[in-house]
Amino acid sequence: MHLDAKIPAGPLEDKWDQHRADLKLVSPANKRKFHIIIVGSGLAGASAAASLAELGYQVSCFCFQDSPRRAHSIAAQGGINAAKNYQNDGDSTWRLFHDTIKGGDFRAREANVYRLAQVSTNIIDQCVAQGVPFARDYGGLLANRSFGGAQVSRTFYARGQTGQQLLIGAYQALERQIGLGTVKMYTRHEMLDVVVVDGKARGIVVRDLVSGEVSSHAAHAVVLGTGGYGNVFYLSTNAKGSNVTAAYRAYKRGAGFGNPCFTQIHPTCIPVSGDYQSKLTLMSESLRNDGRVWVPLKQGDHRAPGDIPEAERDYYLERKYPSYGNLAPRDISSRAAKEACDDGRGVGPGGRGVYLDFAAAIARLGEDTIRERYGNLFDMYAQITGENPYRTPMRIYPAVHYTMGGLWVDYNLMSTLPGLHVIGEANFSDHGANRLGASALMQGLADGYFVLPYTIGDYLAGTKLDAVDASHPAFREAEAEVRSMTDRLLAINGTRTVDSFHRELGQIMWDKCGMARDKAGLEEALRRIPELRAEFWKNVRVPGAGATLNQSLERAGRVADYLEFAELMCRDALVREESCGGHFRTEYQTPDGEALRNDETYSHVAVWEYQGADAAPVRHEEALDFEFVKLATRSYK
Amino acid sequence: MSETMNLTLKVWRQAGPDAPGEFRSYPAVANEHMSFLEMLDVVNEGLTEQGDDPIAFDHDCREGICGTCSLMINGTPHGPKRAVTTCQLHMRSFKDGDEILIEPWRANAFPVVRDLVVDRAAFDRIIQAGGFISAPTGSSPDGNAIQIPKDDAERSMDAAACIGCGACVAACPNASAMLFTAAKVAHLGLLPQGQPERERRVLSMVHAMDEEGFGGCTNFGECQEACPKEISIDNIALLNRDFVRATLGDRESGVRRTAVM
Ligand SMILES: Cc1cc2nc3c(=O)[nH]c(=O)nc-3n(C[C@H](O)[C@H](O)[C@H](O)COP(=O)(O)OP(=O)(O)OC[C@H]3O[C@@H](n4cnc5c(N)ncnc54)[C@H](O)[C@@H]3O)c2cc1C
Ligand code: FES
Repeated sequence: MHLDAKIPAGPLEDKWDQHRADLKLVSPANKRKFHIIIVGSGLAGASAAASLAELGYQVSCFCFQDSPRRAHSIAAQGGINAAKNYQNDGDSTWRLFHDTIKGGDFRAREANVYRLAQVSTNIIDQCVAQGVPFARDYGGLLANRSFGGAQVSRTFYARGQTGQQLLIGAYQALERQIGLGTVKMYTRHEMLDVVVVDGKARGIVVRDLVSGEVSSHAAHAVVLGTGGYGNVFYLSTNAKGSNVTAAYRAYKRGAGFGNPCFTQIHPTCIPVSGDYQSKLTLMSESLRNDGRVWVPLKQGDHRAPGDIPEAERDYYLERKYPSYGNLAPRDISSRAAKEACDDGRGVGPGGRGVYLDFAAAIARLGEDTIRERYGNLFDMYAQITGENPYRTPMRIYPAVHYTMGGLWVDYNLMSTLPGLHVIGEANFSDHGANRLGASALMQGLADGYFVLPYTIGDYLAGTKLDAVDASHPAFREAEAEVRSMTDRLLAINGTRTVDSFHRELGQIMWDKCGMARDKAGLEEALRRIPELRAEFWKNVRVPGAGATLNQSLERAGRVADYLEFAELMCRDALVREESCGGHFRTEYQTPDGEALRNDETYSHVAVWEYQGADAAPVRHEEALDFEFVKLATRSYK
Repeated sequence: MSETMNLTLKVWRQAGPDAPGEFRSYPAVANEHMSFLEMLDVVNEGLTEQGDDPIAFDHDCREGICGTCSLMINGTPHGPKRAVTTCQLHMRSFKDGDEILIEPWRANAFPVVRDLVVDRAAFDRIIQAGGFISAPTGSSPDGNAIQIPKDDAERSMDAAACIGCGACVAACPNASAMLFTAAKVAHLGLLPQGQPERERRVLSMVHAMDEEGFGGCTNFGECQEACPKEISIDNIALLNRDFVRATLGDRESGVRRTAVM
């Protein structure tokens, strides 16, 4: 596997402009001769599909939900960053770039992150033009809020429904193209393989989730915008259908997987309430603008929060990180919550919770202001817990939220499999080892609206692509493999449900490859996962048939992939003998418990290459050269 | 620990769009902290273990925002609680011994796919007809170039909060899609960016709505009651005004034909 990041030479500020000038173009008349498949209709997929169709390409777009509008992006709450500096508080492209590199604990590529910060401003303009009803001030201008890991106010938002509004903007642009006949949309279709012809990605195999029919689609290039794999932990803030299947099957076909162990655990989620729990609900980070995080000073203090006097509370984030306080980045805040709970000072059932308290903000600003800012989040909290957060502090605990790892891509967003491009959360992304809040929406839309539409043209214009259609033997073979996997799953007819395996896998991952990791634990996970996988293939029960809507079968395929992928995550975590961002190896920490990076040895992206079912994957490295920022110990104190 | 509830579910089972359907009874055990869908998950785990086919139902985010979940629960879309989707409905809204009737959305324009799953693609086609602002990527001015009064932005956002779940159609005695369509007409029509296409939009969306086989609106207001996002029927009044203006204005007599091509 050859890793060439294709980073343009020259000064940081000029790289993208120069690169755009150098990229080959497809002439307007020729664009319609190229067919591009886009898997995914989230922010990344929908924005790419609409933009490419506007340019004149023929596009097919696939999603597993019943409408492209329902992609997981819809659930994003808090906001989207952009270096507009509308607040005149000192923001700039450089500052957003620097915050993102530092927030990611210096494990991202400078050139990509700088480009992200550059195009961030175009995204806001584009979304406003589409009719996204961003929050505004009385003067009618766009409003901003602050998010973790930043000391400027650069986050644009639409109440607590920013993802929804941005996705609806992209969805409407996509539907417009569908209406014009330039995009063919396939809903309730799941991609189950990438098809490689002459070393290039030339199509996909999908299963129609309603009829069960397996079919092939050929194209000149394939784009995956299939989201993250946080559900490998079973419980996460992701939508239930979010999966690793598309990315993992592409990995098996030759796309390198970058930094699979980089997972983000979000500090503010509603704690688990029982073993039937099916997902965890995020309480947006924006709440930390006005909420104060605390636990009792004393261990085992079971008094009601209102009965604990100020002097007996530990506002631990404000104490440990005075300059960022409650807005410390996510990885740091999550670990601090875990430490407090491990120390016996957690609150609520099982002691796995900390308070997020709005009493001071309500006293200062009034309940109405708080309702205007966060009303829907407060309602959601009340609905789930039966408690009133205006009166009593919220109880929160960290939960799996986002995956920084993903398929490796070069500066042009192309994977190591030529022709296969990867956008949004599915790629290994610009967030290094920890993503800052409100930056995923920014990255997904940057990729889809403003990067891929340029770079994919260069690939199409500069690559010899023979005519290939779905009758090519490579498609027939891939289809046969997909069908045989489905048949195998249906034939096992064992005694355990798919979910029972998924829960067990999730528990292993949370315990051994979650917020804190160590060698012994990871080695244990690497023993237990193959055992669980073997049991799955002997004893899972997938009821029903293949030629119909079968939700158990859909889940079984995804869990089968998680059972392999989880091993890759643990391997990656085991080899990376340092702590950085969300990857915290307990063996590597500073005396006061902060992540201890090892830049000498690990200032690189780890990229894994599949070697077949019975062989260990091979690990490659893309060195990260920091030409423009100084590597420093991340401090938020 | 909270108390256990024993419930009886009467669930609509239907193998496919053309297969006959029927209600079947299932016992269910729940506690007050579970969500309604978690209660169904537990039932499905049991059915799978017994060798029965689990009940198919749509869901994804389980946070009340994607609009995937549905269900008529005791005759009410998304169940008894106001302003809550089925996935956000918790079992504390029920009590021990309850019998719960669970059905799919029922409307000609939303055919049943299987059990409780229906096909809502008609909504996407209404959006295709005109539920957008034509703003190709790259063509936009600075985000602060147009000032939008805060109240207008807020009213637009109120309408834009629609999650496209279809509860309004399911609640309407005529199975009309008027609230869904009106929410989009209002979301875009209340913003300055939405003005150039305002008339064309309303004409083609209303036309598409009729083509899809949704019923007419006779102002029952049940849609507003059922809407988990509390979208107001004032939006329907706005749509009607826009529609009349667009039709009478007759400024673009060709609009209807060209806009729906
Ligand atoms: C609760 C929550 C709140 C968040 N809030 C914020 C926030 O405030 N700000 C922020 O910046 N980020 C936020 N994030 C993160 C952000 O929402 C996501 O990272 C981002 O939306 C991912 O977008 P995407 O387009 O890459 O993928 P997704 O939106 O996940 O879309 C994936 C698409 O791929 C399709 N797909 C997947 N697999 C297949 C397959 N095998 N076959 C066919 N189709 C497939 C799906 O149907 C879907 O259309 C939040 C995340 C969560 C969970
Ligand atoms: S599952 Fe998303 S709204 Fe209910």
